[in-house]
Amino acid sequence: MQISVNVNGADYARDVEARLLLIHFLRDDLGLTGSHWGCDTSNCGACVVWLDEIPVKSCTVLAAMADGHRVRTVEDLAAGDHLDPVQQGFSECHGLQCGFCTPGMMMTARWLLDHNPDPTPEQIREALSGQICRCTGYENIVRSVLWASKHEARQHEDGEREAGA
Amino acid sequence: MQVPAYVEYEKATSVEHALALLTRFGPEARILAGGHSLIPMMKLRLAQPETLIDINGLTELSFITVTGGELRIGALTRHAQLLDSAVAGEHFAILHDAERVIADPVVRNWGTVGGSLCQADPSEDLSATFASLKATMVIQGPDGTRTVSARGFHTGPYETVVAPAELLTEIRITIRPGCGSAYEKVGRRVGDWPVGAAAAAVWLAGDTIAEAGVGLTAVGARHFAAAEAEEFLRGAPASEESFAEAGRIAAEHCRPSSDQRGPADYKRHLARELTARALRRAYVRAKGTRHVSEPKG
Repeated sequence: MQISVNVNGADYARDVEARLLLIHFLRDDLGLTGSHWGCDTSNCGACVVWLDEIPVKSCTVLAAMADGHRVRTVEDLAAGDHLDPVQQGFSECHGLQCGFCTPGMMMTARWLLDHNPDPTPEQIREALSGQICRCTGYENIVRSVLWASKHEARQHEDGEREAGA
Repeated sequence: MQVPAYVEYEKATSVEHALALLTRFGPEARILAGGHSLIPMMKLRLAQPETLIDINGLTELSFITVTGGELRIGALTRHAQLLDSAVAGEHFAILHDAERVIADPVVRNWGTVGGSLCQADPSEDLSATFASLKATMVIQGPDGTRTVSARGFHTGPYETVVAPAELLTEIRITIRPGCGSAYEKVGRRVGDWPVGAAAAAVWLAGDTIAEAGVGLTAVGARHFAAAEAEEFLRGAPASEESFAEAGRIAAEHCRPSSDQRGPADYKRHLARELTARALRRAYVRAKGTRHVSEPKG
């Protein structure tokens, strides 16, 4: 079947089987290998992408279900060489070890901060509770998201000051 | 690598269109809502539909409203939307209790209320929840709309009264004064299916229980409900003794089976304890309707 999906701002039209999973469409058909294919059972969350602005586990969504919709993957977080604060946070706070869970963690974290710019550590843990880090580096993942939250608050304040000056 | 078997796919553009597609493709067609139960089952070949009818575009089935003295929840409402709904929580706090412990936040973003109910997994949390609230299921078919009680909805594990050419469209709960409700679940870890869980709703007249609903999840309760406990509670004083006795009766009449989540006697213990706890919490909420602050999580 023919589907057309907007991924990270670009339109893609492809002929796919209805049974094709979104994660495989992104990785194999579009070559966007940033999203990781992990447990295959919607438990681990390595495959989280946004479908119309909502984080979903792309191993449990058919590519056909994304037909006519927008998908955002980890490749879209950075603007050129300018990392998203969430990415900076993971870098600053050693939020990854093997890195396998990282794309999913970051996509959910980005969504959390867009909806709750000042989350508590508990709220971060709750938001990420559907995602597994087999390195068990959760402490640093939570620190990374907190770092991003504080960094964005500082940026916001600086922006306000400049606007006021 | 787990992938579903070959399947045909149709995108429904309206309820009428979905019903026409169901009729056209027959009993081997399956409705695809969030797909968070169906797609994993297709990967394992536990489900092998010939055709999927995708209803994700049917925005008319995604709503939470209060009309005509009823809370109405569209079948395509995502779990996250029900959890976020102030009006749902205001009238029936149990809906937030249950949604908060269904799977995880990302799964809740896409999984749907109607999908969970139609999947009819014996460990699924909403069936007991709606049983306790004495909800009504609205089912649409080629010949029109019919309603069934939440308790008449399931015919067995993974089986419901929804016929091959029919579609669950919404769930309705009558709003009556003096109501409090709560859900208590014990799982092995965050996001897991319950070892056991209990749903309770009470409608108070002063300090007497005018009406009660008790639902049970994953412990082999008929229609996900504890009818004998409800019978005992009706007209009983709203007291700690009543809640404990209702728990005892609920545990006596359920039929849990031992599995990897726990032995039957432990599940029976949970049925007893969680029923009492859920009733206690429902009572507190009924007494302080809308003004009692509840512990989070």
